[in-house]
Amino acid sequence: MLSALPGVLFDGVAYGSLLFLISIGLSVTLGLMNFINLAHGAFAMVGGYACVVATLRYGLPFGVALVVAFAVAAIAGGVLERVLYRRLYGRSPLDQVLFTIGLTFMSIAAATWVFGSGQQPVRLPDTLLGQTRILGVDVGIYRLFLIAIVFALASGLALLVTRTRFGARIRASVDDARTAAGLGIDVERVFSVTFTLGSGLAGLGGALGIDVLGLDPTFPLKYMVYFLLVVVVGGAGTIVGTLCAAMVLGIFDVAGKYYVPWAGAFVIYALMVALLLLFPRGLLRRIR
Amino acid sequence: MTAALRTQGLSRSFGALKAVREVSFTLEPGARHALIGPNGAGKTTFVNLLTGALPPSSGAVYLGADEITGLAQHERVKRGMTRTFQITTLFPGLTVLESVVLAIFERKGIAASLQTRVANRTAEIHEAIHIIRELRLERDAGSVTRSLPYGKQRLVEIAVALATRPRILLLDEPAAGIPAAESGEVFGVIAALPREVSVLFIEHDMDLVFRFAERITVLAQGSILAEGTPQEIGADPRVREVYLGDEAARG
Amino acid sequence: MSVAFSLPDARWRAAEIAFWIATGLVFFVFPSHLVLASQVLITGLFAVSLDLVLGYAGIVSLGHAAMFGTGAYVAGILARNGWGEPLSGLFAAGLAAAAVAFVTSFLALRGEDLTRLMVTLGISLLLYEAANQAGVWTGGVDGLSDMQVRDLFGLFPFDIRGRTAYLYTLAVVFLVFCAARRVVHSPFGLSLRGIRESPRRMAAIGSPVQRRLVVVYTLAGAMAGIAGALLAQTTQFVGLEVLGFSRSADLLIMLVLGGAGWLYGGLVGAALFLVAQSLLSRLNPVYWEFWLGLLIVLVVLLARGGINGALTRVSARLGLARRQA
Repeated sequence: MLSALPGVLFDGVAYGSLLFLISIGLSVTLGLMNFINLAHGAFAMVGGYACVVATLRYGLPFGVALVVAFAVAAIAGGVLERVLYRRLYGRSPLDQVLFTIGLTFMSIAAATWVFGSGQQPVRLPDTLLGQTRILGVDVGIYRLFLIAIVFALASGLALLVTRTRFGARIRASVDDARTAAGLGIDVERVFSVTFTLGSGLAGLGGALGIDVLGLDPTFPLKYMVYFLLVVVVGGAGTIVGTLCAAMVLGIFDVAGKYYVPWAGAFVIYALMVALLLLFPRGLLRRIR
Repeated sequence: MTAALRTQGLSRSFGALKAVREVSFTLEPGARHALIGPNGAGKTTFVNLLTGALPPSSGAVYLGADEITGLAQHERVKRGMTRTFQITTLFPGLTVLESVVLAIFERKGIAASLQTRVANRTAEIHEAIHIIRELRLERDAGSVTRSLPYGKQRLVEIAVALATRPRILLLDEPAAGIPAAESGEVFGVIAALPREVSVLFIEHDMDLVFRFAERITVLAQGSILAEGTPQEIGADPRVREVYLGDEAARG
Repeated sequence: MSVAFSLPDARWRAAEIAFWIATGLVFFVFPSHLVLASQVLITGLFAVSLDLVLGYAGIVSLGHAAMFGTGAYVAGILARNGWGEPLSGLFAAGLAAAAVAFVTSFLALRGEDLTRLMVTLGISLLLYEAANQAGVWTGGVDGLSDMQVRDLFGLFPFDIRGRTAYLYTLAVVFLVFCAARRVVHSPFGLSLRGIRESPRRMAAIGSPVQRRLVVVYTLAGAMAGIAGALLAQTTQFVGLEVLGFSRSADLLIMLVLGGAGWLYGGLVGAALFLVAQSLLSRLNPVYWEFWLGLLIVLVVLLARGGINGALTRVSARLGLARRQA
């Protein structure tokens, strides 16, 4: 059993990478606007479907389809933020929860109507298929690709946030939006751009994840708990925290399903409750 | 004579910021004691330490002869310590009458009762009306708190505090936002409280402080700068400097 | 000065009496729709139990189905294994649900809104998975059937047309509702509203806030469990979905539709939701979900002061709630 551990860990890291990619947008939105967006998974779904349409309908190469997924989800996020989300920033958590549940229902129904309720197939390029041997362990190339992309993006994001002026504006706004506004930062614009970026990343994650997570209209509801979990446990508004939480979750979920299959998703929910109890304000906040 | 409320070396830091430094403070029974000081001196933090809303970084708090440093906030209230807040903290959706009645229920220990109906508790309702009358709020008794003008809300805050029949009353800027003509009345009600109630109030309006305080403590940068009767404090050059310095900075 | 007008008046209003008489008349006027009518009452009770937690104490819970499902499964398992007497089964179910609520309240009521949301959701998902895996007891994905519910009082069998079921349901729901009404008009009820309005202020007047929340959460849990047990006993079936997220989410929507914070909102909302659902989903189940989502979005966007604000004004005008100055 233990010999399978490296493989399980590897799969867990791949899974965690996907969770991170999709959840980081939610994390920043929550940390920035204090907005509980239960519909975040819908943006991932939009990206996934955009990728499917791009590859199957228009025959575009996979790489291009990924960019399309990002773009479509980003645009959807940007538009919705401007038109709808913006009006609800100050509202009670109940209003936010209901609003985003409503959006989720709408997106699920729309996806069912357009694409049908079945799982979507994805045609991965040949170069990404198959396995390779690293450090004596057989790993899937696609999963390796996933991890590489996500870590590259995570590094890019970290650089963006710590080294650029825009990143400084984000950090200031997360810390204290009112003061940031008083310092002349266009907080509204920061929100907009961040939401757009976050949605785009989610879309990319949704597209990348078709092979791992599957894609059907119930995607936003099925995985909503996972995304929320990553964000709440990792601490909203932190990149490192979200990454750690995503990895922990990914590994535990995969390991749980492998080693104790009869417990199914039980492990993950029990872990969630335990983590929330121990770290009610997020993993990273406790460490600090 | 045992002090009504006493602290010993009370401190509170937030990271590197020492908001309250080694404050040893005494509130005598029946006092009308003012706590003054420039902005950021740590007055509200100190009150939070007294009420248990914040745990201290070091030091002790004594209520009468008992040490209460570790006691939870609601326990301190049960022992007779009540506060009002600098930023009005009321029940926005409850009416004035409901708010005061609720405070009376809590005091009498019947707020957890599932057995009676609120409308039947005539004794408590009459007590509430009495307090509301004292603060000239009768006409607003049936109004929802959030619909009242700010000045009235401050009065409701005091009404709720009075409903707990405190032995120690901590008032954080009670007159803030009340038109000058009425603030004297509010303090009149406070001053008219029986001597069993010891009052500590934070206030910026020097007029009111010198009219109603019998003892003044000046807090600056987290420590006690000076303490004494209004005459002594009024004549103290250090106090004037601390305030003038503050005013000069504000231009 | 007239005191009564600014405190919650516990007298039964004409509109309330009319409401309950009307539900009784349904038995005679819509004899072929009694199954649906029972569903409305059961779901309404479930919604009222959430109202205590959400509308009165101000806790947003996404996992109220945990207690509902517990009640349903307990009643179902009892009936399947020889204990078919309905009233005692109901009682046991309520007790079990109360126990679940009590134990989980220490987890679910800590922290801020988002943490509470997550924990309540997590607990209901945990129970869902547990029920899924414990197929021997719960029937797993296929659900629990083969229940032998005995005749009510040994006299009235639960017939296919749902006549006994409806009267049974109506009686239980009415009694539990009266209990909820009692809670709301008691000093405890007032303190709950105080907690909703300002937990800080409540602490400052000496109220042990956490303890009160545990009590109301447990009471609401018991009520939800009773609703679940009613569902099990009247339909003689318990599916996994009683513990599912959809149950909790739909419930939230119903409560908001009917208005949180005035007790009848749960009943009204459940009625609106279920009747609309049964009419519209016959057309096309997918469309139903879309329009429901759109309705929610619009209500949240357009209602001034959020949903509670708009509906408080409407219900006040209908004389079913206290007047606000």
